[in-house]
Amino acid sequence: MRDTLSLTGTKFGCGISMCGACTVHLNGAATRSCITPISSVGTASITTIEGLSPSSSHRVQRAWIAEDVPQCGYCQSGMIMAVAALLAQTPKPSDRDIDSAISNICRCGTYDRIRRAIHRAAAA
Amino acid sequence: MPVCEFSRRRFLKVSAAAVGGLVISVALPPLRGHTTTADIQPMLTAFLRIAADGSVTVIVPNSEMGQGVATSEPMLIAEELEVDWRQIRVEFAPVGPAYVNPIFHMQGTGGSTSTKAFFVPLRQAGAAAREMLRQAAAAKWHVPVVECKASDGRITHRSGKNESYGALADAAARLPVPANVPLKPRSDWKLIGRATRRLDTPAKVDGSARFGIDVSVPGMLVGTIAQCPVFGGTLKAVDDKPALAVNGVKAVVKLPNAVAVVGNGYWPAKKGLMALKPQWDYGANGALDSERIAATLHGELATEGAIAESSGDAISALRQSAKTVDVTYTAPFLAHATMEPMNATANVRADGCEVWAPLQIQGSAQRAVADALGLSPERVKINTTYLGGGFGRRGEVDYIVQAVMVSKAAGKPVKLIWSREEDIQHDFYRPVSLARLRAGLDAGGKVTAWDFKIVSPSIMTRVFPQRVRNRLDPSSVEGAIESPYAPANLRIEYAMKEVGVPVGFWRSVGNSISGFYVEGLVDELAHAAGRDPLTFRRELLANKPRHLAVLDKAAGMANWHQPPSAGHFRGVAMHQAFGSIVAEVVEISIGKDGLRVHRVDCAVDCGLAVNPASITAQMQSGIVFGLTAALFGEITLKQGRVQQANFNNYPMLQIGQMPVIEVSIIQSGDKMGGIGEPGVPPIAPALVNAVFAATGKRLRSLPIIKHGVTIAG
Repeated sequence: MRDTLSLTGTKFGCGISMCGACTVHLNGAATRSCITPISSVGTASITTIEGLSPSSSHRVQRAWIAEDVPQCGYCQSGMIMAVAALLAQTPKPSDRDIDSAISNICRCGTYDRIRRAIHRAAAA
Repeated sequence: MPVCEFSRRRFLKVSAAAVGGLVISVALPPLRGHTTTADIQPMLTAFLRIAADGSVTVIVPNSEMGQGVATSEPMLIAEELEVDWRQIRVEFAPVGPAYVNPIFHMQGTGGSTSTKAFFVPLRQAGAAAREMLRQAAAAKWHVPVVECKASDGRITHRSGKNESYGALADAAARLPVPANVPLKPRSDWKLIGRATRRLDTPAKVDGSARFGIDVSVPGMLVGTIAQCPVFGGTLKAVDDKPALAVNGVKAVVKLPNAVAVVGNGYWPAKKGLMALKPQWDYGANGALDSERIAATLHGELATEGAIAESSGDAISALRQSAKTVDVTYTAPFLAHATMEPMNATANVRADGCEVWAPLQIQGSAQRAVADALGLSPERVKINTTYLGGGFGRRGEVDYIVQAVMVSKAAGKPVKLIWSREEDIQHDFYRPVSLARLRAGLDAGGKVTAWDFKIVSPSIMTRVFPQRVRNRLDPSSVEGAIESPYAPANLRIEYAMKEVGVPVGFWRSVGNSISGFYVEGLVDELAHAAGRDPLTFRRELLANKPRHLAVLDKAAGMANWHQPPSAGHFRGVAMHQAFGSIVAEVVEISIGKDGLRVHRVDCAVDCGLAVNPASITAQMQSGIVFGLTAALFGEITLKQGRVQQANFNNYPMLQIGQMPVIEVSIIQSGDKMGGIGEPGVPPIAPALVNAVFAATGKRLRSLPIIKHGVTIAG
């Protein structure tokens, strides 16, 4: 995605699916692309952060802007994709749902604003 | 403040020959990901240019690594310039004398200095540009300058004439830059001091923000690298055929201590690298291991070190004390683990070199690349991208010089990307440290004396040797010396001991270690004196109203004097670093699922707040960074190799473990302090102090998990 298709929104963080920076949607499901070989994709549809919405209109992106979530921002593409998939599954997640569903790492520690933005997006 | 001559001219690209040694280009991508226009946009001072449509591009002198300078520095310009904040665009500065950090005397970002360093220069630039626009209008309208008012991106005259900055910019840029323009009084500030949203948020939620790892230039190859797994070792030999046989691999490059593979993308290069079997000469450090390192440091306790601070007669005072505490503390090596792994893109040509990287210190990078290639510095162009975290790691030049050497060997532009394993195992770590702390109490429970012996490898000996005198590295004792708690009799001694592991600046540097030592010791003294930990500290700070105010604020936020909920326990710590004072109260519980950190209450006095939103974010950031280290962080070595490799064995805090963090900003009006690092030092001792309150067990080494405590969540 990054080198051949020049879709650099999806990030490389660890290569072993631990950090989530590489999260995309594969047929709508949050998928860590760093361990997903192309050969396993077949004709499945893949959505990257660039394709999530036109002009950041997705409610998760709007919530991220309203809560001014990012700092360095490197984890946020993957974080937004993970959260978008969570909300598609669980429209009104509790804090406990968030805790168990979101294991993406944010080294800058923006988790407080992430949590607020998730609840805001869920209420939108 | 030096004024750049080119502010008198408009330009698109200026060659080294034309400005006598300066390579400047405005072809840097703007914040929102759209392409720069081909319009000539006149520079007004080195820090801003104004387009015909009135948009103002601020040339930010510091690197944006999440700390928010790409918003707070434009705020300083915009405040004086009198322009609609929505007109602001941002670019990152090329290397140039105007962008030198006046605190470092070099162009770079670190030491929590950015906002403080440029607080006056950027406002001066905004004020000067505003005056140039007024003068241009006055000249155009043949009226006195004093009758021309600047407001909201326009110059107006009482006669009704008015003109936008965009229309005046051309003429204004031809005028000399005025010096010493009076700045607005604080009472007139409209932006400074207001919580302001980040300018880079939109680009960071749609994937368009360009980090170093995202750079693409025509004809570029992508590469990855394996360095000798033992520090200081060298590459003896490697058969490159297995890599060259991999589809997509273009070349194998041998460096003195590493082998790199370049190709059409990261994955082919990585596959090529994995196919190689390099032979290494491990050199002197092949038997390094953590147990030996610990024993080495213990051995140094007996040697004579350098006196870092001394007052009264600590030894006699200790001998005469009613009670003494004599304890040994240690702190482990820590990796930086920025979310974006080390990477740099280099294009080496016969006549010069261009680099694109997420870097912190432009000055030293330019010099290191020039030296590596035998070029004069003005032949080296440095482009700074967004950084996916810095924490001090990206002030080093190793990953940049590597990209340059690989590009030179390959004869093409190369983007060199480290794997996460390479990143964790080839860091410049926070130094391992050991301290023997002795302190005394009189019969009334007052601290009589303290005597510290700190042993650690030295960072400055490598990075700033001129700052090390008589074997005293100031970064190894900062935060231990000049303590606000210090008794009249004290002695702080430092023994420098090299142990064969590269060490460097890790967010808050010596303060994260000395904070752990001092605030652990003070807590132990409180307990030995039979006093409440907060009350004991308050008494030590009786003559330190500024520190007391911060401590009291955090304690008040935490309701210290009300008992916490059943099964909850609190710990407190306070530390001063980089000109700011921070106090943190941590509330924890230890249940059957392990230790949970429920809450951190944080008070910060940074003198003056430019962007309060940024300060709150950075306090939370420093706390999470320090908490991750305190709970989990440890880099260990065995057979010369770092044992940790990725986030499976060097874990990071996740959202389910995140405490509630409340931050109060005290604006004392004192000199502005920094905020990037000061949130880090208090959290480890506050946590350890809470663990003591919960269990009666005093932890004198980190991380918490090595003491058999599991972490919930």
